[in-house]
Amino acid sequence: MDLSYNAEELAFRDEVRAFLKDKLPQDLADKVKKSQRLSKNDYMTWHRILFDQGWITPGWPVEYGGTGWTAIQKHIFDEEASAAGAPRVQPFGVNLVGPVICHFGSEEHKQRFLPKIRSGEEFWCQGFSEPGAGSDLASLKTRAVLDGDEWVVNGQKTWTTLGHYADWIFCLVRTDPDVKNQEGISFLLIDMKTPGVTVRPIVTLAGDHVVNEVFLEDVRVPAGNLVGELNRGWDYAKFLLSNERTGIAGIGASKADLEHLKDMARLERKNGKPLIDDPLFQARLAQLEIDLMALELTNMRVLVEEQERGSPGPISSLLKIRGSEIQQRLAEMKMDAVGPYATPFILEAVDADWNGEPVGPDYAAACARSYFDRRKTSIYGGSNEIQKNIITKAILGL
Amino acid sequence: MDFSYSEEQTLIANSLRKLLDDTYAQDQRQRYLESDLGYSADNWRQYAELGLLSVPFAEEVGGFGGSSVDVLVLQTEFGRRLALEPFVSTVVLGGGAVRLAASAEQQAEILPAVIAGECRLAAALGEPQARFDLNDVETTARADGGGWVLNGAKAVVMGGDTADKLVVSARTGGAATEREGLSLFLVDADAAGVSRRGYRLIDGRGAAEVTLDNVTVDGAALLGEPGAAWPVIEHVADLGNAALCAEAVGAMEMVNELTLDYLKMRQQFGRPIGRFQVLQHRMVDLVMEYENARSIALLAAMEADNPDVTTRARAVSAAKVYVAGAGRKMGQWSIQMHGGIGMTDEYMLGHYAKRLNVGEQTLGDVDHHLARFGAIAAAA
Ligand SMILES: Cc1cc2nc3c(=O)[nH]c(=O)nc-3n(C[C@H](O)[C@H](O)[C@H](O)COP(=O)(O)OP(=O)(O)OC[C@H]3O[C@@H](n4cnc5c(N)ncnc54)[C@H](O)[C@@H]3O)c2cc1C
Repeated sequence: MDLSYNAEELAFRDEVRAFLKDKLPQDLADKVKKSQRLSKNDYMTWHRILFDQGWITPGWPVEYGGTGWTAIQKHIFDEEASAAGAPRVQPFGVNLVGPVICHFGSEEHKQRFLPKIRSGEEFWCQGFSEPGAGSDLASLKTRAVLDGDEWVVNGQKTWTTLGHYADWIFCLVRTDPDVKNQEGISFLLIDMKTPGVTVRPIVTLAGDHVVNEVFLEDVRVPAGNLVGELNRGWDYAKFLLSNERTGIAGIGASKADLEHLKDMARLERKNGKPLIDDPLFQARLAQLEIDLMALELTNMRVLVEEQERGSPGPISSLLKIRGSEIQQRLAEMKMDAVGPYATPFILEAVDADWNGEPVGPDYAAACARSYFDRRKTSIYGGSNEIQKNIITKAILGL
Repeated sequence: MDFSYSEEQTLIANSLRKLLDDTYAQDQRQRYLESDLGYSADNWRQYAELGLLSVPFAEEVGGFGGSSVDVLVLQTEFGRRLALEPFVSTVVLGGGAVRLAASAEQQAEILPAVIAGECRLAAALGEPQARFDLNDVETTARADGGGWVLNGAKAVVMGGDTADKLVVSARTGGAATEREGLSLFLVDADAAGVSRRGYRLIDGRGAAEVTLDNVTVDGAALLGEPGAAWPVIEHVADLGNAALCAEAVGAMEMVNELTLDYLKMRQQFGRPIGRFQVLQHRMVDLVMEYENARSIALLAAMEADNPDVTTRARAVSAAKVYVAGAGRKMGQWSIQMHGGIGMTDEYMLGHYAKRLNVGEQTLGDVDHHLARFGAIAAAA
């Protein structure tokens, strides 16, 4: 047994570190570290830097622009990028629809879509969930009917993250209403500029506009935009969701978050002493760090297994559950760390170009907002209850 | 033993609930939030007319002579509707300091206007460096002729954005965190040298950072004996916490109503999600937390007026620890059980979670009150 990185992995880590030191813009890293709001431009700036480096789509097959990194290398990259304060790469094109097109798309799809996903020229969003179809995704109702060489799409998608930035949406649509739910679904690519597509904002508890409702009214889509085979969309969705869960433990980001929390706890004072020395707080902080250590090693075991066998299997659901819990606890402890200054709610204070006077320490404004925002991590991508159902069936056979 | 409301308390709870039902529909509340004032001036006037602003004050000054249990009755209703009016800051905290510290003469001078709804108070006790320790006071008051000169900064003063007068703690003696040497002053919120930075809390209520820069007040502004205010400050915080616990219990009632309704209504996999056992059990947890929170909030209200600090502190800190912990979990669980809809600003559930949150982080968090309770428990 050997729980450390080998020489090649260490060399790779050095290469990643040098790249980050050289190429990650400081102002962007500052925004990320302060939990400030990022604009589309912020995300795309980093996207293009990674693209120029050839590192934007590590998970893709090499012939389409993948890096050929091992699972461990991908993890090292993620961890180093998070520690340095790099923004999260928006996953919708790169990690979600991209691999589906690589594996199931036609040659035409590959040529039309993949280069622009990689370059960042086109921004994608995910149109799976509907008002009536959340956990029970297969019950979705958005209907696509063939009319000549066009699909006519009617229905509503919801919770569409960054739909207001998107050029394209990949949708699950019902193409056969007369069979079992899972068997009548197809995977369709829709240009957001098509007449009949309307995007309406949903404001979240944190006061942000990130998610949207997307209404589809007689939207005419070229028949060729259907990916893979007709009525096989559910299989592609399952493939996509299994990719969504890789890296979902968010270890890199949580480790960076833990450091930030510790920095805050060193600055905060309780009874005249640093909060980090307060026994109650320190014990909780220690527990959180220990839980993260355990998860990190479990994550490594899964990665090694993935490297050896090719796929992580249903155990990735465990990573998602515990990873989301830890992300939530980190946000919770940050909120607790700032004490009374967690309660003022000044929306603008998390904008980088805001030059008002902060209320309390400058890191306080984001704390309660992040706490509420992080509730999502146990809801999206398959809620934690659903993940447990998956484990119950797929691992335990109950 | 009797855990029930008196006939009078039931009556007042019902009429307040009726008033809030009529004036606190979601769109109405949204309008109050969007106004500069941040609450309903009309409601504030009606509370005065109903006598709600007189509850804890002595009959001699026109008060109702009520107890913290009477305050609990009102606060539970305010919590159910997430009322925005500055009741806690004016009646419980600011008003509490005045009635506990001030002379009969001062009370007669100050309180009738409060009771009439014409003077809003706020208690400016916490400071930027103090976290939750109200004895950590760096604001100073220097004797000057017959009056005083105040300098310092006060943090997250609930209701401080709209208050007409502030009850300010300041050091007239003693070292930085000593309990000796603290005094309370009543200061006009727009007096020369007072600057306020008003803002909203995450639950929509108003608050302010207050700076005092050579603020001069006359001798009559001093409430009680100089240097002897600590017992009052501690008692005011207990009154506040008992009231915040009662408010939280009201909010929890609604969290559970909304969640239970949703479990029955929301269909996934061809059945109401309330048919999934894991959610059923979670719902039971919510009910269990609520019932225990209510019980201990009743204890806090019963003891909040007790002059014996040990008995009072034990009850109030126990309630704060329990209710804050339960509120945190209930907010998280109920949002989780709603899925995406629980994350939206448009749906009321999240606003209840936010109100519970502000209660938790005001006048001492769980750790603060665990330590306070622990010290009492260890000494007993
Ligand atoms: C911030 C955010 C961003 C999102 N972004 C996107 C996006 O970009 N694209 C997209 O398509 N979707 C997106 N989603 C939607 C997300 O995938 C759904 O919210 C999720 O699938 C849950 O569905 P729901 O919200 O309808 O909750 P519901 O499915 O109604 O669930 C409500 C509750 O019931 C529980 N439950 C449901 N079924 C069971 C069961 N069988 N057993 C036990 N418990 C059960 C759930 O766990 C949950 O606690 C996003 C959601 C959020 C909150």
